[in-house]
Amino acid sequence: MKKIAFELNGNKMEMEVVPSWTLLELLRDHMELRGSKSGCEVGECGACTVIINNKAVNACLFPVMEINGMSITTIEGVAKPTGELHPIQQAFIDKGGVQCGFCTPGMIMSSKALLDENSNPDEEDIRHALSGNFCRCTGYTQIVEAVETAGESLRHGQVFERKSQ
Amino acid sequence: MHKFDYLIPETLDEAISLYAGHGERAKYIAGGTDVIVKVKERKINPQYLISLRHIKGLNHISYNDGELRIGALTTHRDLELSPLIRKDFPIILDAVSNIGSVQVRNVATIGGNIVNAVPSADGAIPLITLGAEIRIRGPKGERSMALEDFFIGPGQTLLEPGEVVLEFIIPEYPAKTGAAYVKHTRRAAMELPLLGVAVLISLEDDMKTCRDARIGMGVLAPTPIRAKNAEKILRGNPMDELFLREAGSVAAEECKARDSIRGKAWYRRDMVEVLVRRMALKAIERADKNNV
Repeated sequence: MKKIAFELNGNKMEMEVVPSWTLLELLRDHMELRGSKSGCEVGECGACTVIINNKAVNACLFPVMEINGMSITTIEGVAKPTGELHPIQQAFIDKGGVQCGFCTPGMIMSSKALLDENSNPDEEDIRHALSGNFCRCTGYTQIVEAVETAGESLRHGQVFERKSQ
Repeated sequence: MHKFDYLIPETLDEAISLYAGHGERAKYIAGGTDVIVKVKERKINPQYLISLRHIKGLNHISYNDGELRIGALTTHRDLELSPLIRKDFPIILDAVSNIGSVQVRNVATIGGNIVNAVPSADGAIPLITLGAEIRIRGPKGERSMALEDFFIGPGQTLLEPGEVVLEFIIPEYPAKTGAAYVKHTRRAAMELPLLGVAVLISLEDDMKTCRDARIGMGVLAPTPIRAKNAEKILRGNPMDELFLREAGSVAAEECKARDSIRGKAWYRRDMVEVLVRRMALKAIERADKNNV
């Protein structure tokens, strides 16, 4: 076991981990944060997408030792602690971008990473940013619309500040 | 997943010496998008993973005196977003923007892509076409070679145990040079290419005659290759349909396309002919703006 220290959804954490764990394993199996999903386990489906230091990454391939000193956001850290949904989450619901919901956490994280960097993406930008997230249900159209809508909300001054728990 | 220890050296010398200490039980890891997959699939079984991520001096994109230097630890995403690459080396953007996904590109490194050495490596074909040199350091010291000579077979390179790639150096090209790369796929994303074609063309002052041409091809041989016969067709000749088509057809003949799970040889040869011409035209267009 080795010690690491990192920030998770705004909270400082210190933990002992097995060096061969992936970040996904840490989150799901040892922290009970099961919002990030195990899909393909080889970085192709994006169901495990989390944000590390403002970058979307596949947690299934991220060595746990590399999160030391990093700031991580998972799907659990997107809505406010009060339960108030982030505009991206609300947009996914409003636009019908959720069916079975399995891809949704990953989609939200990739969308958030995009909108945090580019608040006015066009359809091509959105599809490019989400090209690492598979959805078997929706056919992607409503998801793209949801991201466009969320972008609009965020641009029109809807500031969403989330304080840590 | 099989258990391993994860070591984080701070300097290159430390990394090399850790590797020397553990020998066959160790493997270097950069972004991890190839190594961790291989461990999960039980293709490799290291007891120690030696992380290269924190070693300074290996993560840079710098352009001095006409020479472009890309550190081996540079992520594909950093290359994709680099204003320098976008403006002056769009052939590299052509290649990296379609590797994997954003999530993969945020951690996967160009050095790792090259060392992994799949015949389809989108990272390798443009770099070879640009005449890149690869610099390596290992227990016996430093060495360099033309990147083109680095690949010896699918997944095999001249990298010796313990060696680490430092950087890629792309030489200066004369004015009126343009280059372009296409990754030919069935899907829009998350796929290995059926074939990859890169063309670099330097024009004479008349902007019509080809001074130099370089053509790189991927998935059309066990390693990334140059279509040297096709290049000869272009060199010294006017860049009109006759010579572009001829170059395409010669490139199709000299490639070693095979049937595979992603496509058939006949289709690949057909597409080489089309794509060499198409990329040549794009390169010529870029030569006008002097963008390789």
